[in-house]
Amino acid sequence: MNLPDDATLTDRGLPPSGAGRVLVLACGALAHEILALKRMNGWDHLDLTCLPAIWHNHPERIAPGVAQAVARHRAAYDTILVAYGDCGTGGGLARTCAELGVQMIEAPHCYAFFEGTDRFAAHEDEVTAFYLTDFLARQFEAFVWRPLGLDRFPDLIQAYFGNYEKLVYLAQTEDAALDTRARECAARLGLAYERRLTGYGDLERFLTPRG
Amino acid sequence: MAEEEDDLILSELPDDELVPQMGDDLYDGLKDEVAEGVQILLDRGWAPYRILTEALVSGMTVVGNDFRDGILFVPEVLQAANAMKAGMGLLKPLLAETGAPKMGKMVIGTVKGDIHDIGKNLVGMMMEGAGFDVVDLGINTDADEYIDALAREQADILGMSALLTTTMPYMKIVIDTMAEKGIRDDYIVLVGGAPLNEEFGKAIGADAYCRDAAVAVETAKSFVARRHNQMPAG
Repeated sequence: MNLPDDATLTDRGLPPSGAGRVLVLACGALAHEILALKRMNGWDHLDLTCLPAIWHNHPERIAPGVAQAVARHRAAYDTILVAYGDCGTGGGLARTCAELGVQMIEAPHCYAFFEGTDRFAAHEDEVTAFYLTDFLARQFEAFVWRPLGLDRFPDLIQAYFGNYEKLVYLAQTEDAALDTRARECAARLGLAYERRLTGYGDLERFLTPRG
Repeated sequence: MAEEEDDLILSELPDDELVPQMGDDLYDGLKDEVAEGVQILLDRGWAPYRILTEALVSGMTVVGNDFRDGILFVPEVLQAANAMKAGMGLLKPLLAETGAPKMGKMVIGTVKGDIHDIGKNLVGMMMEGAGFDVVDLGINTDADEYIDALAREQADILGMSALLTTTMPYMKIVIDTMAEKGIRDDYIVLVGGAPLNEEFGKAIGADAYCRDAAVAVETAKSFVARRHNQMPAG
């Protein structure tokens, strides 16, 4: 499967290829990671379709978008797995998935399931942490800098990030260039920097065939 | 056009042109110009409360309406709010001593576990603009801090804000704690924040969910007026 560039995953997502019994319906921000897991594990039964990753900034679009996509693709697959956490839907996505009879990831967001939901929840002192993943580090301009208007009004950094203390880069892969990039993001926001290698965490567990 | 604006000398404008110009400057987030306009009106003998309502709050109401209608976005609203804050900074010390009306007192804070305060700060500013005293507890506020402040400040209104779906349930803990202490009905409880809605506000036992700062002001005014009407005469 050829993956489109990050800008396309951000704004438009990814159509399914049509091959495989199980469709993973995912956030575009997870496309690289899901295809990496598919390659590593030889999961030829999996097909992947993604909704626009930028819905990360518009959580009200996620549950209706997932419902539409499930309705559109349901007949062509045995199973649909929804690779989203709650992602700011306030339980809305869980209700939608329960109504549709499809499974989603039990986690508040991708930061939690990449690190492992329990381990992430144990960081009680991290209320002042701002998180990036591999995808968000690459797409920092599109997800953080431009939507917050910091390209036009850099003096608003204090209003947005004045209460934050550190940027935690949850790294899915060993990538020195992304480490450098994430460190630069922290500096631009005036935050301390920490990198934490998570691998794919609970995402891999969620996609692993059961029984 | 830009040259014309550059040449504009605020102090040379008559009041009926200066006030709309200040509204435009506030809309454009020009804090120095807004502060200058406030000072000019003070020098011309305007009462601070009149400047606040006619020049600043009215301008910010336009900003709020355009935000609600999708014409302006958060960065522009923040720029406008900074401009209003610059003007209010000059007026605030003068309001009390010039007999500005007092609407009531609000204790406000972002709930425990949440550090997002942009919405809360906007509400606080607009409430002050509407004549309320505002006691801002800041971020990451627990139930005891809210409840202690309500008693200490003899407040009328509690305002709670949350941006995260993971922290908004804490509002119910605060309201339940107030109920346990038998003080829930002593206060008007208003809640707000991006992931909330009216249904959530009702479910946790708040008096009202407020979609934005303008709604918070109108809701607070209406609840306070209702309370006054219920008070025994004399």
